[in-house]
Amino acid sequence: MAPTTRTILICSGKGGVGKTTLTANLGIALARLGVNTVVLDADFGLRNLDLLLGLENRIVYTAQEVLAENCRLDQALVKHKQEPNLSLLPAGNPRMLEWLKPEDMQRIAAMLADQFDYVLIDCPAGIEDGFKNAVAAAKEAIVITTPEVSAVRDADRVIGLLNTHGVKPVQLVLNRVRPKMMANQEMLAADDVTDILALPLLGLVLEDEQVIVSTNRGEPLTLSNSKTPAARAYANIARRLQGEDIPLIDPAKEGLGLRDKMWRLMQTKIF
Amino acid sequence: MSTTLRDILDKLLGRQPASAKTARDRLQLVLAHDRSDLSPELLDQMRREIFEVVAKYVDIDLDEGEVSLETEDRMTALVANLPIKRCQAKKPSSSNESSLPPKEQKATLTPKQESPLPPKEQESLLPIKETE
Repeated sequence: MAPTTRTILICSGKGGVGKTTLTANLGIALARLGVNTVVLDADFGLRNLDLLLGLENRIVYTAQEVLAENCRLDQALVKHKQEPNLSLLPAGNPRMLEWLKPEDMQRIAAMLADQFDYVLIDCPAGIEDGFKNAVAAAKEAIVITTPEVSAVRDADRVIGLLNTHGVKPVQLVLNRVRPKMMANQEMLAADDVTDILALPLLGLVLEDEQVIVSTNRGEPLTLSNSKTPAARAYANIARRLQGEDIPLIDPAKEGLGLRDKMWRLMQTKIF
Repeated sequence: MSTTLRDILDKLLGRQPASAKTARDRLQLVLAHDRSDLSPELLDQMRREIFEVVAKYVDIDLDEGEVSLETEDRMTALVANLPIKRCQAKKPSSSNESSLPPKEQKATLTPKQESPLPPKEQESLLPIKETE
């Protein structure tokens, strides 16, 4: 029994902003820090966490079979090959006959909390039944968004719902940041987003092509000692969750050529 | 709002301003409405009714007046800014509410031009609780 288990929902509202990528990378990064971690794919209609972790061929049972007592929990848990501190549990499969209910998710999350230090729940997009199931099982949350108006608006809706469900603390991860565009003021700044959503920033992830390469391979960036910008950002988020004080990167300092310096001069407030 | 070299250059060259500011302004407006769950029609109806009620007591400038939702730090407020045209108070049409003599009524209202208060303080701020 681990009384200090942290059950964290990773959600965004809008689809395609990087929930599953964050869950996979954060899961691996936490496991590498030596904490026993499980990732729960709450998106049973369109599950993809198995694919990003490279575990798609090893799933036999899901949480649904565990709840129906057709198998034991340890039979349904899929241990990661290279990183045995990390396990995956899919909530269900797309062909399942009965939808899960919020109480089912609470039961499965409680079972996982008995065995693990961290339970990361990969939330489905939207704010309908799938979200309501996932949020019922969560204690705290990480909201991930990109610096785009649609993603920020949807994140705001989700934050409102998290508040009404009493989930806290809620922290923010800003994904797909393009420093050049931010410097040119053609992209919402990190401060704009944190001001509008009124959440503390847990991490800032730069746009990184290597994320696509890693998903192609089914090997999250944090698995190797990759030093690409996104890999560093994910590893830093894991360490901040563990209580380490790691300063956030300043997107304005990422490019330091003459051109970038000119741009910074151009946006200095003169009056 | 602050001005940057870039803003001046944009103006001189007649270029469109950077889009981040536009994005921020549009978001703040849309979120104020999302958070309040008020449709534009309802907001408009409320605005008209507020004007009607206030106009019963004082002459207000209907063209200058505005009622809007503003949002900051996840707090949404209904902000009404209703400039008063004349210091003289109207007699409410439903006369049962006006028991005060006209002189005293006059003293409680300040005309817009001679107002000792800065414009901000004329606004009435009504915080709205989130409705979810």
